[in-house]
Amino acid sequence: MNEPTPAPGRPAATAAPVARLIEALHKLPGIGPKSAQRLTYHILRAPEAEARALAAAIVDIKERTTLCSVCQNITEHDPCAICDDPQRDRSTICVVEEPLDILALERAGGHRGLYHVLHGVISPMDGVGPEDLKIDALVARLRNGGVSEVIMATNPNLEGEATAMYVSRLVSPMGVRVTRLARGLPTGADLEYADDQTIARALEYRQEV
Amino acid sequence: MPQPPRVYKTPAIVLRQRRLGDADKIITLYSANFGKLEAVAKGVRRIKSRLAGHVEPLNHGSYMIAHGRNLDIITQAQTIENFPHLRDDLARLSRALYAAELADRATEEREENFALYRLLLDTLRRLATRDDLDTVLRFFEMMLLAQLGYRPELRHCVECAAGLDGERLSWAPGLGGIVGPECRPENVTLRPVSAGALQMLRLLQRGDFHALDGIEIDRDLAGELERHLREAIHFAIERDVRSAAFLDSVRRPPRGAGAGPAGPRPLSRL
Repeated sequence: MNEPTPAPGRPAATAAPVARLIEALHKLPGIGPKSAQRLTYHILRAPEAEARALAAAIVDIKERTTLCSVCQNITEHDPCAICDDPQRDRSTICVVEEPLDILALERAGGHRGLYHVLHGVISPMDGVGPEDLKIDALVARLRNGGVSEVIMATNPNLEGEATAMYVSRLVSPMGVRVTRLARGLPTGADLEYADDQTIARALEYRQEV
Repeated sequence: MPQPPRVYKTPAIVLRQRRLGDADKIITLYSANFGKLEAVAKGVRRIKSRLAGHVEPLNHGSYMIAHGRNLDIITQAQTIENFPHLRDDLARLSRALYAAELADRATEEREENFALYRLLLDTLRRLATRDDLDTVLRFFEMMLLAQLGYRPELRHCVECAAGLDGERLSWAPGLGGIVGPECRPENVTLRPVSAGALQMLRLLQRGDFHALDGIEIDRDLAGELERHLREAIHFAIERDVRSAAFLDSVRRPPRGAGAGPAGPRPLSRL
């Protein structure tokens, strides 16, 4: 393969495959040019088996994952492990924006029910409307019955609230209880620096000690 | 030459935010002193961010901003009003987002316009407290058009300058006003305009919101006014307003639910 003139900023001495990997890694979030170089040379020096395993893992996540037909989470087997688990409570569904949110909730471990991933959040100014999210799939799940509570675990910001309100408006008439994650002061926070709305909510939802 | 100050302070309304890198966001503000500006809020996606709650869209606050190499950086923020009632109600929220997007799309950065800042702030306050939400939006649209230099001509025909008294008048959004019955300009969108709509447009244009207090507008007239003003806005800013689609979808019974045995109750206000 004849290589054209090197991209600006790259010394001509860099071998083309090395440069290609640097550029590919540089596109990843949070990876700057220096990190990309370091990772590239790390892979270069690593045993071949390790490099092959990494390459195979990257190919696998594209080829061997799919969306769970029930909860829309990313999974290898459909339905996913959570939807398939007989131990879990099928009467509550926790609705999240992204698959990563499930990881956070599972790590915390308070939720024994199922999940539903919307894959985004209503953001009118960015042109993302309800029809771009997996809301229809949620409504279809609820139509099948057996669900008594939907927990809206979208982020506590404007878009997340708008999405929660929209889903609630859609779902409440179906006789399903819709709840929202509580909002208040995070552990380790400083009252002095908390914003007004957070303090107001924390007061509103105060609890007996 | 004296050095420009490193930081500046201004009251502002947050129009929108978008993600930057892992934990930062770029905040678009409409400020009282500098018009629209963009600045980075560092670390606001972290749970312990002290800034995050103050840079939410539709927040009205006081901001201290430092000049950065590329983008300016928000160093301190204090909320003045955050309009909780606006955020708890889809009908209000969807309209407020529409107003904020209009202000964003219709303006250029760093062009000071205090009147527009005031107008946006008043509009958010009205949307948070009043019930005639559509009238509030129409007033905002009409005043925005005037601010942008597209004040519609409602007294004289925009083609022949004759006074407008009769019937069969048309709204020509592309020409910026009303066309009389004698004129039929070519290649221009013409919409029939009812006498009631013309009267309301003139009243809106007077710029006195209290003159609109207690005026009952029926569904048809409200729809006509909305269509006319949206078209005029579209011609003025030459861009689509994306939030309009969300506003419409909130007003409609949501898709996919209408067919079910228990469709959603229409919200009385919509």
